[in-house]
Amino acid sequence: MNAVVNTDEVDLGRRHALQLAGGLTIAFLWLGVAGRARAVIHARPLPGDPALLGADGQAAFAPNAFVRVGTDGSIRLVMAPCEMGQGTYTGVCQLMAEELGVGLDQVTVEHSPANDVLYGNPELQIQVTGLSSAIRTGVHIFREAGALARALLVSAAAARWKVDPSTCTVARAVITHTPSGRTLGFAAVADAAAKLPLPATVALKDPKDFILIGKPMRRVDSATKVDGGTQYTTDLRLPGMKIASVRACPTFGGKLLAVDDTRARKIPGVVDVLRIDNAVAVVGDHYWAAKQGLDALDIQWDLGANATLTTEKLVEAHAENSRNGKAVVALAQGEQGPGTGKRIDATYILPLLAHAPMEPMNTLISATAEGCEIWVGTQVPTVCAGLAAKALGLPLEKVNLHNQFLGGGFGRRLEGDSVEQAALFAKQVSYPIKVMWSREEDIRHDIPRPMYYDRIAATLDADGKPSFWSHRITGASVVGRTMPLKDGVDFDAVVCAADLPYDLPNVHVEWVRHYLPDGLIPGFWRGVGAVHNLFVVESFIDELAHATGKDPVAYRRSLLQKNPRMLAVLNLAAEKFGWDDKPLPARVGRGIAVGGPFDSFICAAIEVGVTPQGDVVLHRAVVVVDCGLVINPNAVEAQMQGGLIYGWSGALYNELTLKNGAVEQGNFNDYRSLRMSEAPPVEVHLVPSTAASGGIGELGTAIAAACLGNAVFSATGVRVRNLPINRTPLSTGKEAMKSVLASRTTTKKERMS
Amino acid sequence: MPVLHINGEDHSVDVPDDMPLLWVLRDVIGMTGTKFGCGIAQCGACTVHLDGQPVRSCVLPVGGIAGKSITTIEAIGKTPAGQKIQQAWLDIEVVQCGYCQSGQVMSAAALLARVPEPTDADIDTAMSGNICRCGTYVRIRQAIKLAATGKTDAMHTVVDGGAA
Repeated sequence: MNAVVNTDEVDLGRRHALQLAGGLTIAFLWLGVAGRARAVIHARPLPGDPALLGADGQAAFAPNAFVRVGTDGSIRLVMAPCEMGQGTYTGVCQLMAEELGVGLDQVTVEHSPANDVLYGNPELQIQVTGLSSAIRTGVHIFREAGALARALLVSAAAARWKVDPSTCTVARAVITHTPSGRTLGFAAVADAAAKLPLPATVALKDPKDFILIGKPMRRVDSATKVDGGTQYTTDLRLPGMKIASVRACPTFGGKLLAVDDTRARKIPGVVDVLRIDNAVAVVGDHYWAAKQGLDALDIQWDLGANATLTTEKLVEAHAENSRNGKAVVALAQGEQGPGTGKRIDATYILPLLAHAPMEPMNTLISATAEGCEIWVGTQVPTVCAGLAAKALGLPLEKVNLHNQFLGGGFGRRLEGDSVEQAALFAKQVSYPIKVMWSREEDIRHDIPRPMYYDRIAATLDADGKPSFWSHRITGASVVGRTMPLKDGVDFDAVVCAADLPYDLPNVHVEWVRHYLPDGLIPGFWRGVGAVHNLFVVESFIDELAHATGKDPVAYRRSLLQKNPRMLAVLNLAAEKFGWDDKPLPARVGRGIAVGGPFDSFICAAIEVGVTPQGDVVLHRAVVVVDCGLVINPNAVEAQMQGGLIYGWSGALYNELTLKNGAVEQGNFNDYRSLRMSEAPPVEVHLVPSTAASGGIGELGTAIAAACLGNAVFSATGVRVRNLPINRTPLSTGKEAMKSVLASRTTTKKERMS
Repeated sequence: MPVLHINGEDHSVDVPDDMPLLWVLRDVIGMTGTKFGCGIAQCGACTVHLDGQPVRSCVLPVGGIAGKSITTIEAIGKTPAGQKIQQAWLDIEVVQCGYCQSGQVMSAAALLARVPEPTDADIDTAMSGNICRCGTYVRIRQAIKLAATGKTDAMHTVVDGGAA
């Protein structure tokens, strides 16, 4: 982990020149300490890159893949990660603009083209936005990109004035020679700067001089998101474009047998009916015609091998694998049990989850024998382009993908399945099509967060501390779909379980890889592995605290003495929440949880009430975050509030259940989302830090279920070991119900006053 | 052929009477600010105003609304309540992915036009038909109160981009 240190001198000479396949461009790989590619900075403009041209049609100054300065004064910043709401575009702009010496109001932000070499995530190697990594892994890259551009622009101005560049300053895209007061705008020196060789080193700003970094800057994408002006993929239109509505086989891995489209083709506005291996699309002049056409089809499916698959069977298969499957040890620390003293055992089961981003999956595509243009908001542009190329039988360089603002991602748009499907339909027609999934299609044909089956146990010593801790995780491997597993372990399956924050002497953590039935593909869900393991670990720690009669905060505190940053967020959260030993009203409870995923530290505390019917009402929450150097506190607060609400929606309501091999849920009526009336106030506190920036986009979601489940236990005495939270055991008898109803009426009145 | 009165202009559209307003707006007229989220009036992304009342355009057949006044997100900023709501949305920095926000703004503008100083309960009632998967509810509540009162106790004052 690299700390951001004062006035970093970035030695460009450490980079290794790399001749690209085209032979025309030279890029540089910055080799990090681990020898992995850390940054790729483009030394020269890519010939023919339309993004290089300024408004005046002149070639711009483009010293790397991220910064373009036009001779017309335009300043364009190209975003390597995508924007799906998490605020990354603003954070990346703050980093680049800070070093470049411009205001955020002076820049135009551009989606990056699909290109792993130029825009690859340094941690994940390819161009991907995920694992809360954009800022975490990119701080130095984005700052350096801005600093390098500024250095060249200053050099060009200094050369024109025949002065020492160190006597010049930059503010708001204007270079000033301080001794003489002469000024030149970026536009005036862009051409000259483009002809200069790269400097050997580039100086980064001293953090004490930061103007943008660390400030609650307004998002760069706000203005057009409040007036309907922002265009998402679904809003794009091309001349001659038609709209396709899709239905895929309801079972995972099932196929299309036959379609009778006689009635569909009679519907006004229906243009075509297209078939692929496992789905059918009706093409229309507008979505309404396409949807009506789809509903008028008589479709026969081959439901395939999963035709009788049910949730019960899936759970039982996990349970069997947990009992008898082959485990890989992820951590064996100290004595490997069994320990002496009181032993506590628990089994936790987590469901399949859909992502349900507000913008249902859709792709705009125009494909001919010569090439293909794709417009899609995606977390993985190069993966999508590759899948489309394969589907169309085109070389990759003939596929041009234009990324868009994403109407939510949450990991769903880490997948290219809908783009591949769109390409298979598009190759059958001569016009551009926008392939749109209904909400039902979006939920039923998600690539779901897999199920998990965890058996966890601890033996408690005389002080109530775990003398032995064992955790056996069983679940599908999302990482293993695409990457070799290091030492046979999926790092995501054991994250926050094999790296516990607590000081425990003897720990055994193992993982059993569960292979889901063919066709049921596991995917990442916001918070990734931490969502699963923080729920299990933090619920179980809570169980241990209660088993030993200790307060959950005090119990955690006793185990966190060697983890000062985690201890600090715990203590501050307890203080801000007002965690004390005063008794709470009947059926009101509070829960707390800590976690350290994505190189950040978080503690969340929540108060809930549970109605006689077993409904959980969220009263208020406090969250404390130490995410190292904060780029935009406004963004951190927003991500905590929203991330928790996403996680609470999942914990309270969400589960994909299977019957006859098909997902039973289909829309927001049966795959519910927290609503305004259910959303509690969420107070966010940040711990100041100069440590390396951690990730924030998934942090809140990762901790949400854990604090909630603990609060439900506090309110009802019922331990939540399965998600979503089952209301039945939380409901009360009739007599108790009457008295609680009376007190609830009072509470509501108080709230309304 | 229904004639629709949208944002002060008449649009004559050649569509079936049972076609929902959402798809007429988006795919026939080309006004894409109003969004599709669920198709069954569950999420509110498609909210528009019909004679000032918030309605879900995904289930509103155009055959029955000829002559009524339709306002969409593209024009809500011209109303006093809409202007205040949009400004408050910017001041509180409500948006994340932004996809649901057209509908949120429309529901909030209708609320503010009807109830100048809404209580928490008013906000719950008016806004609970609009889902935000990014979970911007905390700030939506703050922004509606700011729009109503001109005051906020929100934690962060957003800084405009003029520095550096």
